[in-house]
Amino acid sequence: MSRHVVARVSEVPPEGALRVTVKGRPIALFNLSGEFFALYDRCPHEGASLCAGRRVSIAVADTPGEYRLERRGEMIRCPWHGWDFDIRTGQSWCDPEHTRVRRYAVSVEAGERLAKGPFRAESVPVSVEDDYLVVEV
Amino acid sequence: MPTALHGAIDCDVHIPPPPTAALLPYLDAYWREQFTIRGLVGADFALTTSASRTPLACRPDWRPGKGESGLALLQRHVLDHFGTGIAIGHCLHGAVALHTEDMAAALCRAVNDWVAAEWLSRDDRLRASILVPTQNVALAVAEIERCAADRRFVQVLVLAMLDHPLGRRQWWPLHEAAARHGLPLGIHAGGLNRHATTPTGWPSTHLEDHVVGAQAFDAQLASLLTEGVFTKFPDLRVVLLESGFTWLPTFLWRMNKIWRGLRAEVPWVTRLPADILRQHVRITLQPVDAPPRPEMLAATLAQIDCDDMLLFSTDYPHWQFDADAALPEGLPEALLPKLLRGNALATFPRLAETAP
Amino acid sequence: MTRGIVDCDIHPNMASDAELLPFMPRRWADHLRDYGPLNHQGLAFALQHPRFNPGVARADSWPPNGGPPGSDLDFMRAHHLDAHNIDHGILMSLRPAGCDERNLDYGAAICAAANDWQHARFVQPEPRLHGGIMIPQEDPDAAVAEIERCVAKGGFVQVNFTPRASEPPGRRRYRRILECAAHHGLPVGFHVSGVPGHPSTGAGHLTYYLQEHHSNMPGMQAVVASLVLDGVFAALPALKVVLIEGGFTWAPALCWRMDQAWRRMRGEVPALTRPPSDYVREHIWYTTQPIEEPDRAEDLAEISGWVGWDRIMFSTDYPHWDFDDPRYAFRCPLTAAQRELVFSANARALYRLP
Repeated sequence: MSRHVVARVSEVPPEGALRVTVKGRPIALFNLSGEFFALYDRCPHEGASLCAGRRVSIAVADTPGEYRLERRGEMIRCPWHGWDFDIRTGQSWCDPEHTRVRRYAVSVEAGERLAKGPFRAESVPVSVEDDYLVVEV
Repeated sequence: MPTALHGAIDCDVHIPPPPTAALLPYLDAYWREQFTIRGLVGADFALTTSASRTPLACRPDWRPGKGESGLALLQRHVLDHFGTGIAIGHCLHGAVALHTEDMAAALCRAVNDWVAAEWLSRDDRLRASILVPTQNVALAVAEIERCAADRRFVQVLVLAMLDHPLGRRQWWPLHEAAARHGLPLGIHAGGLNRHATTPTGWPSTHLEDHVVGAQAFDAQLASLLTEGVFTKFPDLRVVLLESGFTWLPTFLWRMNKIWRGLRAEVPWVTRLPADILRQHVRITLQPVDAPPRPEMLAATLAQIDCDDMLLFSTDYPHWQFDADAALPEGLPEALLPKLLRGNALATFPRLAETAP
Repeated sequence: MTRGIVDCDIHPNMASDAELLPFMPRRWADHLRDYGPLNHQGLAFALQHPRFNPGVARADSWPPNGGPPGSDLDFMRAHHLDAHNIDHGILMSLRPAGCDERNLDYGAAICAAANDWQHARFVQPEPRLHGGIMIPQEDPDAAVAEIERCVAKGGFVQVNFTPRASEPPGRRRYRRILECAAHHGLPVGFHVSGVPGHPSTGAGHLTYYLQEHHSNMPGMQAVVASLVLDGVFAALPALKVVLIEGGFTWAPALCWRMDQAWRRMRGEVPALTRPPSDYVREHIWYTTQPIEEPDRAEDLAEISGWVGWDRIMFSTDYPHWDFDDPRYAFRCPLTAAQRELVFSANARALYRLP
């Protein structure tokens, strides 16, 4: 397990996503109202990039015809076949027992601290003024 | 007599609709006069989709001889011959196709009372389904309420092709009444021909009509599932009568697949469609629409992956099999106890009350 | 596999119907502007089961330079043809739908313009792409004339027939169209489309897009039953039919049911001298997308064997949302020979591609 500086915090806008590559692996970074999450950026179904998907909520109905939303914007919908994944956990909503996307730990680190190491900066020049996203892979 | 079927529960035999004259005693005074003075006593209310003259409609060696009653024929060819334990009879009277809904309701009442008096009361191996006037849901519910007290009625009977799919909310009072009385909803092949029977129009032959008729069951299951009928009425069981079942694997897989992508459109469907359908849907055996090799039938059953779904049936007098071959080759031996009795007893709660 | 893939279902698209105007005679261009479509549904322009994705498309297929998915040939080349090593793509133009038009002359004009449009915008500039001839099937004279015109023009490898027409495709009124296609050695492709005014199922009109999407599969079965049982293949032994986007694992069970019923009622269809399944096996091809996904992947291989590996042709449906990726669509292992057939050889032979 190693920790990798993958992006400046400002590169992942609120409710946005960014695809980065760490050790040759595509990783999707998500910003959930200021909290950051990282998922393996490949849908386990047919391989689409989850980064390209739309942010959705969980649609719930206690009885047919009565719709409500939970977990506003906390799911990422695969851009192809519409499978929803929990941005926080990588768990599939339609098949939670068998399907999930690998999740990676993310932290926000100040550039000042990063300059001291022992982090690997993946083609991200670190400046002491900025905050950075660090992914454990 | 084939011993394998002794004591079996036959979930689909046909009670031939009676001539209108036979129903007159079961109509109230207004309708009896109407039928008489309007010249309707001689009218033949056979359904087009029952195609009663085709070779499929009656096995050649089961065609009625002179003077033998329908009940006597059923007893001779099925009940006595196979040693049937219980048989569930369906009287597919054309009342359900009339546009005049009060007349339809009157005829349905007469048919159900005639079935009770002329069939159920004359052979205690027989049970029946309640024919309901689907022209009007309130009238249909009233007929369920009227008949439900007679425990020999074990199911509600509707056709597979009505004006609207059965999942639509307008049907829910019917589902509620059926579930409350422990009556499965039996959906029988055929329909009203109120609109084209395929998405590309009307077929040309009886043969083609029969073939594509199976697809209406696909549509009904998709409707019941997506509209949330099984969510709303968890006790409701649906029985497909004469649907065939070898189409089921692809249907289940495709419903699962499309639900995964479009789940948010029907958020009340919270489990895999195939699992919901396996729990709520039962299918009569005949017609098997069997593959050319028995091992392919076994493979198809393995793909369906549920021992609870199939209910034994002969579909008497339709020509689905010859001689005593009511059980197709390729059925796993281990499935037989459930197929022949167990699944029926679990599906029709009223059968267990009096099962011999 | 040394050769690239053949993708049997790619959708070209236009930013608006106005792109057709340069390909229409003045009279019909005026009609488009002054009158517009006359169809068989309650809405003039939108579908009555609203779709789940903008443009019915993959969220990642919007061209960066604007326009809807499928409208930018350069982007389609990079994003799809090059990325997936596609040697040949069969185009399936869907809109505007001349096949649904009640004004027959206008329908014919739309089809002709759409054919010339796809030829000019996609077929001519990109040799990997091959056209499909859109026809106004409710006017068989005009449909036959359009096929002849496009054959003379070149670049078309298929006649497109809607699986949802006024009547089933086996009905006599359409026979001349099918005969013309067979005469020219063009397969007739039935791609999911058409709003003919009939409910999408024999059970009635559907509520949800989920049902409507699913209904394409049983809809294809009605097409097969009609073509076979109405004697089309018995009358036209050279006719080849492709079912596009309607699945394929249902085909064996449909054949069993047809054969069983035919054994009882063959007296009604004396033109059929062989069991229905024989005609299906000989005359019908299937494209794979949206591929069936059994719980046990090996079931797909087993049923594919029942269908016939020589009749199954890979398709992506690019750029639509239910796209299949050639690398992952089949979850069951395929032998090298099966892979070659499905991803390349079957389509090359059928469409006579190098």
